Amino acid sequence: MVEKIAVRVPKQDPKSRVHNFQEVVLGYNAAQAVKEAERCLQCKNAPCIIGCPVGVDVPKFIKLISERKFEEALKIIKEANSLPAICGRVCPQEEQCTKYCTLGIKFEPISIGKLERFIADLNVNQGSPKPRVASTGKKVAIVGSGPAGLTAAAELAKLGHQIVIFEALHASGGVLIYGIPDFRLPKDVVNAEIDYIKKLGVKIKNNIVIGKTYSVDELLHRFDAIFIGTGAGLPHFLHIPGENLPGVYSANEFLIRSNLMKACRFPEYDTPIKIGRRVVTVGGGNVAMDVARTALRLGAEASIILYRRTKKEMPARDEEIENALEEGVKFHILSQPLRILGKDRVEGVECMKMRLGEPDESGRRRPIPILDSTFTIDADIVVVAIGQAPNPLIPKSTSNLKVNKNGTIWVEKETLMTSKKGVFAGGDIVTGEATVILAMGAGKRAALSIHEFIMNKNRR
Amino acid sequence: MVLMYKIIRKEVLAPETYLFEVEAPEIAQKCESGHFVIIRLHEKGERIPLSIADYNRSKGTITLIVLSVGKTTRQMATLKEGGDIMDVAGPLGNPSIIDFFGKVVCCGGGLGIAPLYPLAKELKEKENTVLTIIGAKTEEKLFYENELRSVSNQLYVTTDDGSKGKKGFVTDQLKELFNSNIEIDRVFAIGPAIMMKAVADLTRPLGVKTIVSLNSICIDGTGLCGACRVEVNGETKFTCTDGPEFDAHKVDFNLLMRRLNTYTPEEQRSEKNYLEKHRLN
Repeated sequence: MVEKIAVRVPKQDPKSRVHNFQEVVLGYNAAQAVKEAERCLQCKNAPCIIGCPVGVDVPKFIKLISERKFEEALKIIKEANSLPAICGRVCPQEEQCTKYCTLGIKFEPISIGKLERFIADLNVNQGSPKPRVASTGKKVAIVGSGPAGLTAAAELAKLGHQIVIFEALHASGGVLIYGIPDFRLPKDVVNAEIDYIKKLGVKIKNNIVIGKTYSVDELLHRFDAIFIGTGAGLPHFLHIPGENLPGVYSANEFLIRSNLMKACRFPEYDTPIKIGRRVVTVGGGNVAMDVARTALRLGAEASIILYRRTKKEMPARDEEIENALEEGVKFHILSQPLRILGKDRVEGVECMKMRLGEPDESGRRRPIPILDSTFTIDADIVVVAIGQAPNPLIPKSTSNLKVNKNGTIWVEKETLMTSKKGVFAGGDIVTGEATVILAMGAGKRAALSIHEFIMNKNRR
Repeated sequence: MVLMYKIIRKEVLAPETYLFEVEAPEIAQKCESGHFVIIRLHEKGERIPLSIADYNRSKGTITLIVLSVGKTTRQMATLKEGGDIMDVAGPLGNPSIIDFFGKVVCCGGGLGIAPLYPLAKELKEKENTVLTIIGAKTEEKLFYENELRSVSNQLYVTTDDGSKGKKGFVTDQLKELFNSNIEIDRVFAIGPAIMMKAVADLTRPLGVKTIVSLNSICIDGTGLCGACRVEVNGETKFTCTDGPEFDAHKVDFNLLMRRLNTYTPEEQRSEKNYLEKHRLN
């Protein structure tokens, strides 16, 4: 008889964890992992694999865990996924592999992400295998070292191509480094995955801003193909009065200061950050949760999420909303900010109450303003976490590159080739803001079509 | 791959004002007037924007001028020839719009004198008549006088205390030029926000197109963080991707100044810590 309930994963206690940046979810130990793996029904049709954007052979690696063949399990995962320690932590499994788990129809589905993480973390501790194939002599430039770029680089390197990643920031990893906080994705986990990719022969050149230092057109002279994975880095603002007052941050700025520049350790680190007593975060996605939880760790007495719909419509993962609640983040739902108050700096937010109407195009119920319902909440800091647009640097600086109305780069659906021959793109710069794993899936697909493109070019 | 950016020349231009010629061949190939770079000195360092004061494409170097007024710039001032800057990214921002305008006045105050040099040079190359006004608190704080003279038809100097040139501010000299009935087609101003605001206030009623180069707080310099946002004509703009040059008559300078002061207490604390530690060593 199968266990109905998944093995619970240990977490740091909420009371103590709000005072540190260490990882909240501690992960399975071997005994827990084996016990959870034993629950797997090993379905022949494996619906979980269909749910995985990079096609990890889920039943196979879980079976190997149940047999305590951890190294073999890792090999299976790495065949399909170059960044498992990251995916095990930040993938929305409940919408992917786990969503299709047969066990989940009647009981709790298998904790596939936690098992993936368990295996990947063993790898982090033990060094990594190093596959090498003969060099093809082909050179590919990758723009951006985020999840799309890293995955494309790894896949192409495994095929024997020479890969150079160009990264605008001084640190590599893109959103994995500047965006996602340590308590959700420790930076040594990211760095270990990047080291693995470097071991495959990939070179990363930091401080090179493509679109400025070099244009894509120039890169085309030096490389056989180019992959653009520059993500959705341009923060959206609310466009309400007071939004440019000191004390109003974009989520990007707030998280970059805290994660990338280590403002949590100011003045040991040089970059400061403002916290004050009350931090109000506008938005309901994972990024908003990251900001609200970071604010508590930086010493805010109150961390408040302002969201115009209800918890049910929030795009954030349930797990992250749960974590935020446990830590004491307050939720002001059905509240829409109208303007940010303050003379020389932020003092509060004037909001309006909303109610839910009929579902809109996104399928979520539309928020409708309630007349004469304005109210004010005090705030020292306001963080706008309502999403990001594609970064325009490359679309603006590249000749003959077809760009969609919303600023994303147009690509040919099958091959991910842009309107410019030899230039491919994938991830948020193509789809608009999405998830780490979808970007990785795109990186992987692009790598395969880049391979085909440059090898065919060879024959001609 | 760790790339270091080597300092091949360091000069003290004035008290607390240092020139660094830095090896950055990729940036030197591309940069033009108006561009800036972001530098970081060490693992725990902050990212700060610095204007490019000059460049040498064949040597592959760029010139940065720094006024040591905070922790990072004080620390940078201790770097020596042959030493390295850990990170230099650029060229960032948009290049200046250089064309033949006719008679132009270039105003530079304080550290703003540095980026005024490539601007005046490129304007001169386009056959504009370039009248340059540079201002400093005192004579000893002035720098780049000869460099700017070499690319200007006329150079005017002002000091707050009258120790050199005309006593007063850059705007006093600018006012005098306007009063002398010279037909001025365009004004450029680079310097402290308060100076650029004063220039804008002076030229607005005269209807003379005026361009300023803003010095907002920046982290990434590529449009990612939005720390550098300013209001121009009531619209939010990013200094890094939309600027740094804007129509002076449309910039909300009060907001710019408020935002520049956001971290004043933290900056002072950081500088104080640094100076105390420095003295102990």
